[in-house]
Amino acid sequence: MSAPIIEVHNLTKNYGAVKALRGVSFEVQEGEVFGLLGPNGAGKTSTVEILEGLRPPDGGIVSVCGLDPQSPGSAFKQEIGAVLQSTALPDKLRVGEAISMFASFYKRRRDPAALLKRFGLEEKRNTFYSYLSGGQKQRLALAMSLVNEPRVLFLDEPTAGLDPQVRREIYTIIEELKKERKTILLTTHYIEEAEKLCDRVAIIDQGRVIAQGTPRELKQRSAGTTRIELRLARPESDAALKQLEGVADCHASDGVYVVHSTRVPQTIVSLVKYLEANGNELSSLDIAAPSLEDVFLELTGRRLRD
Amino acid sequence: MRNAWTLTKVRMRLALRNRAFIFFSLVFPLIFLFLFLGLFARSNVAAVPYMLASVLAITVMGSFWGLSIQLVTFREQGILRRFRVAPVGPGAMLASSILSNYILTLPTVAIEFALARRIFHMQGWGNLGGVFFLITLGIVTFAALGLIIASVTNSTQETQVINQILWSAFLFLSGATLPLPMLPIWLQRFALFLPATYLVTGLERVMVARVGIRQIEPEIVALAVSAAMAFFLSQQLFRWEPEAKVGPRAKVLAAATIVPFLLLGLWETAHGNLRSTARTDFLSIERSAPADRPAPLNAPR
Ligand SMILES: Nc1ncnc2c1ncn2[C@@H]1O[C@H](COP(=O)(O)OP(=O)(O)O)[C@@H](O)[C@H]1O
Ligand SMILES: [Mg+2]
Repeated sequence: MSAPIIEVHNLTKNYGAVKALRGVSFEVQEGEVFGLLGPNGAGKTSTVEILEGLRPPDGGIVSVCGLDPQSPGSAFKQEIGAVLQSTALPDKLRVGEAISMFASFYKRRRDPAALLKRFGLEEKRNTFYSYLSGGQKQRLALAMSLVNEPRVLFLDEPTAGLDPQVRREIYTIIEELKKERKTILLTTHYIEEAEKLCDRVAIIDQGRVIAQGTPRELKQRSAGTTRIELRLARPESDAALKQLEGVADCHASDGVYVVHSTRVPQTIVSLVKYLEANGNELSSLDIAAPSLEDVFLELTGRRLRD
Repeated sequence: MRNAWTLTKVRMRLALRNRAFIFFSLVFPLIFLFLFLGLFARSNVAAVPYMLASVLAITVMGSFWGLSIQLVTFREQGILRRFRVAPVGPGAMLASSILSNYILTLPTVAIEFALARRIFHMQGWGNLGGVFFLITLGIVTFAALGLIIASVTNSTQETQVINQILWSAFLFLSGATLPLPMLPIWLQRFALFLPATYLVTGLERVMVARVGIRQIEPEIVALAVSAAMAFFLSQQLFRWEPEAKVGPRAKVLAAATIVPFLLLGLWETAHGNLRSTARTDFLSIERSAPADRPAPLNAPR
């Protein structure tokens, strides 16, 4: 394997008393889509912005395309593309002007008109930035991040705050980039996004990487237990359900009982018997495939979205 | 350098799409023009160049506001960060502020000259080479001063308050609105410490006495030093990030901006003749007023 295109070793960052990063390490290979998955405040943006050269690290070593992001001069900036967590442009800048201006800053550049076309912004060429919808603004941000054919693309929560349909549009775009073998570092707090888009994922929580691997590898870690979600005609106590065969854990929320089982068939059989004996009934039952959510829950004892 | 030019073009477009900018850079100086020339120079053609010099100075000093507020807005809204991930340096950003100010001010200056000739019957053009020189240095100085204020303030509001205070000082204590010889002596002495005063008296010299560039050397040196100093400092103080706070070093540097002006003022006080030439130019327009009409302004004798 060739040298990684992104190397992060024991990265730390403090904001006053807040220890935002406490020794983050990972590597990204060329052509890979790598995800940083974690809840708000985990340290995703801090990590990405250090890699983009926007913030200086307090400790550790980072290298992108073999360069130090803090190195003076423009050589580093020529190589990267970025969609920041929130992109802002002047209200009265037209879409076409924005992308042409950014294209002109780079040595290697793509045709701005072709990029606008690809991102469905052709007709918006003469529209002021402030008149774009959230999804259009994000598509423009993506188009702008590609004007220099970057070797590494950073996407910081590219779909946060967008409605589901727009989010799917952005997924399609990222999947296309993935097919083109673009190296992408993506942050997200959406499990589906990480599972769907990333070749490898680092789960990050409170400034530390707590697990790392392909989505499949990570899910196998929690393969010890499978999640069963049930609804019942009448309420039962968690304690009673915990007594069933093969059940490792059980908790209820909003009338849904989530049972973690090590032996699914046995658990279901004993559940049905128990309910019959007590004159209760199943209203629904779902066996959920293990997800990154489960991995996160298992590792931290907390849910990713709260 | 190419980046600076690209940014200049874009920022000029943005400025021209901003009503407040149009008002302050075009309408406002023209209001001054009609006010000054209409009130004080209608019956005295000889006073037109003198008044025009004031209006030109006010126009040039307007670049103090100009694009520095735009830059603060860019920083506050997080727009600057997007430029920062691209290969754009602070030098290009700052140079584009000054360059766009410069290019946008020249048409206003041309309109002012044209109106002074057409409507107020100004004779001759003054020493145009000298005018050009002073205006160029003046815009760089005042635009760069504006950039320093932009760097040491944390919000558009704060920038506006500080600009307002300094702007009033420039306007009223430099001779731009009230001729220097009309100010009390202690204020005249104080004025020697303001870069604005050198701009105003320099412009009066080339417009009224039509002196050559050699004779406005002190003014040119004063403005050139201010311009270089202010640009250097604005580069040192530049901040990309909205949350980056102004550090103690930045404050010391910003405070250091006054040192060259202090030295300049002291030198001028000891060796210069700026106050006396300002008085000569002022009296020359009064003397040439027709005898049967009242003098345009009364200088303290
Ligand atoms: N500029 C800053 N100043 C102070 N604290 C910050 C700053 N940026 C981030 N933090 C803090 O650092 C931690 C990590 O934040 P961030 O990197 O933005 O996480 P994420 O992107 O995963 O939500 C949070 O506790 C956040 O409040
Ligand atoms: Mg973030």
